[in-house]
Amino acid sequence: MATATFTIYRGNSSESGTFETYSTETTEGMVVLDAVHKIQAEQANDLSVRWNCKAGKCGSCSAEINGKPKLMCMTRLSDLPLDKPVLLQPMKAFPLIKDLVTDVSWNFEVKKKIKKFKPRPPDAADGSWRIAQQDVERVQEFRKCIECFLCQDVCHVLREHQMYNEFIGPRFLVYTAALEMHPLDVEDRVSALKNEDGIGLCNITKCCTTVCPEDIHITDNAIIPLKERVVDRFYDPLFWLMRLFKKS
Amino acid sequence: MTNYDTLDYDVLVIGAGGAGLRAAIESSAHGVSVGLICKSLLGKAHTVMAEGGVAAALSNVDERDNWKVHFTDTMRGGQYLNNWRMAELHAKEAPERVRELERWGALFDRTKDGKILQRNFGGHKYPRLAHVGDRTGLEMIRTLQDHGIHLGMQVHMEFTIITLLKDGDRVVGAFGYDRERGRFKVFRAKAVVLATGGVGRAYKISSNSWEYTGDGHALAYQAGADLIDMEFLQFHPTGMVWPPSVQGILVTEGVRGEGGILLNKEGHRFMFDDIPDLYRNQTADNEEEGWRYTQGDRQARRPPELLTRDHVARCIVREIKAGRGSPHGGVFLDISWIKEKIPNAADLIRKKLPSMYHQFIKLADIDITKEPMEVGPTTHYMMGGIKVDADTQMSTVPGLFAAGECAAGLHGANRLGGNSLSDLIVFGKRAGEHAAIFAKQNGYGTIDDEAIQSAVNQSVAAFERTEGDNPFQVQFDLQEMMQDLVGIVRTEEEMLQAQAALGRLRDRAARVRVIGNREYNSGWHTALDLQNLLTVSEAITLAALHRKESRGAHFRDDYPNKEAAYGAFNLVIRKESDGQMDIQQQAIQQIRPDLQQIIEEMK
Repeated sequence: MATATFTIYRGNSSESGTFETYSTETTEGMVVLDAVHKIQAEQANDLSVRWNCKAGKCGSCSAEINGKPKLMCMTRLSDLPLDKPVLLQPMKAFPLIKDLVTDVSWNFEVKKKIKKFKPRPPDAADGSWRIAQQDVERVQEFRKCIECFLCQDVCHVLREHQMYNEFIGPRFLVYTAALEMHPLDVEDRVSALKNEDGIGLCNITKCCTTVCPEDIHITDNAIIPLKERVVDRFYDPLFWLMRLFKKS
Repeated sequence: MTNYDTLDYDVLVIGAGGAGLRAAIESSAHGVSVGLICKSLLGKAHTVMAEGGVAAALSNVDERDNWKVHFTDTMRGGQYLNNWRMAELHAKEAPERVRELERWGALFDRTKDGKILQRNFGGHKYPRLAHVGDRTGLEMIRTLQDHGIHLGMQVHMEFTIITLLKDGDRVVGAFGYDRERGRFKVFRAKAVVLATGGVGRAYKISSNSWEYTGDGHALAYQAGADLIDMEFLQFHPTGMVWPPSVQGILVTEGVRGEGGILLNKEGHRFMFDDIPDLYRNQTADNEEEGWRYTQGDRQARRPPELLTRDHVARCIVREIKAGRGSPHGGVFLDISWIKEKIPNAADLIRKKLPSMYHQFIKLADIDITKEPMEVGPTTHYMMGGIKVDADTQMSTVPGLFAAGECAAGLHGANRLGGNSLSDLIVFGKRAGEHAAIFAKQNGYGTIDDEAIQSAVNQSVAAFERTEGDNPFQVQFDLQEMMQDLVGIVRTEEEMLQAQAALGRLRDRAARVRVIGNREYNSGWHTALDLQNLLTVSEAITLAALHRKESRGAHFRDDYPNKEAAYGAFNLVIRKESDGQMDIQQQAIQQIRPDLQQIIEEMK
């Protein structure tokens, strides 16, 4: 049976951590999370790792594998070079709790501040609505999000510049897009996008799109259309005036 | 004396999946203070994995559907051991609970005229499951979560409850620890709702995550509440079997609802070989009729792949045992064959079953639009659990309520697919409402410091041992033993062996050793969860031994037939004053005549 080696960050928030190396046997089809569980059960019972579904549906086991933000449950060992140790680190953009587990509670606080869903009055007497399937499909992409926060982890505004108070991050721009483009929603979030949410800080490097395990086109389909809404609301008359001056 | 913080809530909800969230929303709406305990992060509970849909007789696709048909289907599926009042309330209230989700922002797939679309599922006479592709659970938990966080409830993420606290007969709070630092906390509450889900981690092959260790079942049992129907554990017929690391991961029944067929290695569609009498009139007798049913032909009867889960799982086991299984010990589930019937089949499969497509291509290198999947039964859902009053969801212990999978009664001997998501919202709401009412009528109780100190001492003892078993190893051995001896096909001999093995495992669990400290220590969490797993395993085995017949999900090789006498009672498990687990028969309450008449009319 083949073996693979893993170099895993071990440490907590109070003291500086170390990298520990573990070798473990591998089997066909194994994913990184399986290997971590095997190491945990056999060699390091107190190794901290967050997980739930092991099927790419809950978004709990986010980490950085060989420096790339990924879900451990959906990363197969056969897709990694195993001639050298696989490097496992916690997400960098969030405070460390222990080992591979970070404190992602900031995300849950951000969500609370976004204006909630507000439907138009029902279409039918029984309180229901009539919606076209194509209108449902338009926002399905955003609603697939499993809240793994890998997009937040990789975003420069958060990861490098720590602008947690000024910018809600790609996950919550996707969330806002899902609400704004919901066929029933009548709430207005455009002013908040420009001000509290800091959408202008995103400079469209598309790093978030690259790491999304659900293949959501975060930048093209969510962030850019929201930026356009902000531009239409706040800047369009200005451009119009400038054009007018140029003509004269 | 150990230091701990104390927090006060009118209603404490333990568990934050569909049932817990719905209960917390309802209690909040009644104006009481609510604390919500999540074992994981908010929104990660097992509801997120539900795929197929939520059953509700909206009659958007087939106007012949109504609550009476849904009620009858649920009772038939449960082999009439169900709590008929729960089945009635569930069938009547599910449509409004689904429409309510839409008011809160859920977006379901639509019919051509813009209503909520409904799909076929096993045991449901008409297309009844509101759905969003195959990620209905995600849509539902996100909707409840995003609605709930604006209602003022306090959410405690990554928190585990070790014991319920009592004042006399009444439950008055709970005691637990936070995962992050291992700090202990006391919650004083006027009413407590358990919504902790199932017990699937007691088995080796399971669709359940690490959280599913029977916490609510065990907490209620230890607090003196009655458990019923513990012998009825659902093995979902289609879990992944290959590669080994994905064994047990669920393959939605929606695959069969969309026309998927089950084949053995000879390419034979074996489900036509064995159709139970109870369903003969409703089941197609040829492949062509079955196909027409999945395509919405209202005159056609359903294909045998859409018989109830207990039956389909047993047929699969039979094929495998007879040597007609697939290379890795399962059978074949094929949706790709529909390309013979319809154009653009590959696109349709990807659209209707996107997460199945994704799961197989990523984890098994299988393109389900081109080739069949290999599937086999996986431990999926606990029908049994805390006995509750149908209308209020209060257990036999005052102040203690339960909803969702950890409560029992609605599903009887076997649950229909889609009836779990609807169960969560119908009875989650009722539990939240009645817990709030109870909280308004009762004050806080007195917290017993001795009980807390004893819980603390027990829970940290494993750190002080210098030798002893590894908690993960004890858990693996328990899972392997339950899988082998109290699985899909049961015998008295094997279950007596299981009882003896449980005694030995209990001794080992009492001596496990935990290394490190209390900070996010998975070894420690596993050691604590083991106690609950052992309690529910003991209850399952005891009840399964006592039901000397085969019915629904409970199949006895030594008593292979259904016995009318056993249809008259539920088995009740209770902790006796001497600490022993006691089991008794409890006669099923006579069904109301109008409900009996509905069942008769639809036979």
